[in-house]
Amino acid sequence: MINYNPFSLQDKTILITGAAGGIGRATSIECSKLGAKLILTDINEEGLKKTLELLDNNDSHCYYLANLTQDNDIDSLVAQIDKLDGMVSNAGVTKPMPVKFINKYDFDRILSVNTLAPVFLTQRLLKNKKFQKGASIVFTVSIGGVFTTAFGNAMYGASKGALQVFMKNVALESASQSIRCNSVNPGMINTGLLKPGTYSEEDRQKDIQTYPMKRYGEPREVALGVVYLLSDASSFVTGHALIIDGGKTLF
Amino acid sequence: MEIKEFIEHFAEQFDDTELSEFTPETVFHNLEEYSSLIALSIIAMVDEEYGVALNANDMSSSVTIEDLFKIVKTKIND
Repeated sequence: MINYNPFSLQDKTILITGAAGGIGRATSIECSKLGAKLILTDINEEGLKKTLELLDNNDSHCYYLANLTQDNDIDSLVAQIDKLDGMVSNAGVTKPMPVKFINKYDFDRILSVNTLAPVFLTQRLLKNKKFQKGASIVFTVSIGGVFTTAFGNAMYGASKGALQVFMKNVALESASQSIRCNSVNPGMINTGLLKPGTYSEEDRQKDIQTYPMKRYGEPREVALGVVYLLSDASSFVTGHALIIDGGKTLF
Repeated sequence: MEIKEFIEHFAEQFDDTELSEFTPETVFHNLEEYSSLIALSIIAMVDEEYGVALNANDMSSSVTIEDLFKIVKTKIND
């Protein structure tokens, strides 16, 4: 009984993108503690090495430097993968701008990283039959764009809204293979997503007051939601958006 | 275009059906795994591999894999 753990990821091979920091790093750490074998990827090699150092069972993991907005990088990453029991797609960027000021250059970049990269990574992995039966795909989406609207959040929100819809379609089309697909939808988390100085301390404090729990979340609090969706504890859960936001969307 | 290669591409759209089940004479609508999603996958595969747009009628009027192969072949030559 003492070893009972329905959230175990023992011997599951899991690909984690955006693993060099933030929610990706926290997810990597939690997955390693639960016995997973990890394939980490990011464009930031220093960050990946640091994440690797923080993992349990250090020598059962590996990392690949890849820019997933490039088709070639997706193809070579997929070619190096044998079989997967899970994937967590984290990589994400933002640049807050009011609608009147949005531009194609920034929107292209945000869509490329937040939407097209996870879409085509998933497409290639599925087409090449890399996911085993029972595998679980998790997209880090957001409450932003999907459940909430905020000033300056049009581009990011649209990119995440598109990913949310994609998640449901993957869930539907993969269900017959017992491959599940879900999302975690965090509220504001203390990560490096927003450049320091994007908002003033006063604005930040005001925003925190819109969270019933009166604080932002920590990466680990999202990572443990991801763990649930990766594990067999959620074996009948697919197409679900798991909101992790300290109650923000209650308002 | 060879029928052997066509059948390989056709079979790739299935996950659980044994490779030996796929022959020119296979009545593919009767395969247990055949579904509307697999029909869409076959149409997309034919578009990607052969540059041919199949329609729903092509799929439903084909009884065997060879029937479908012949339709694709005709459309390539059109």
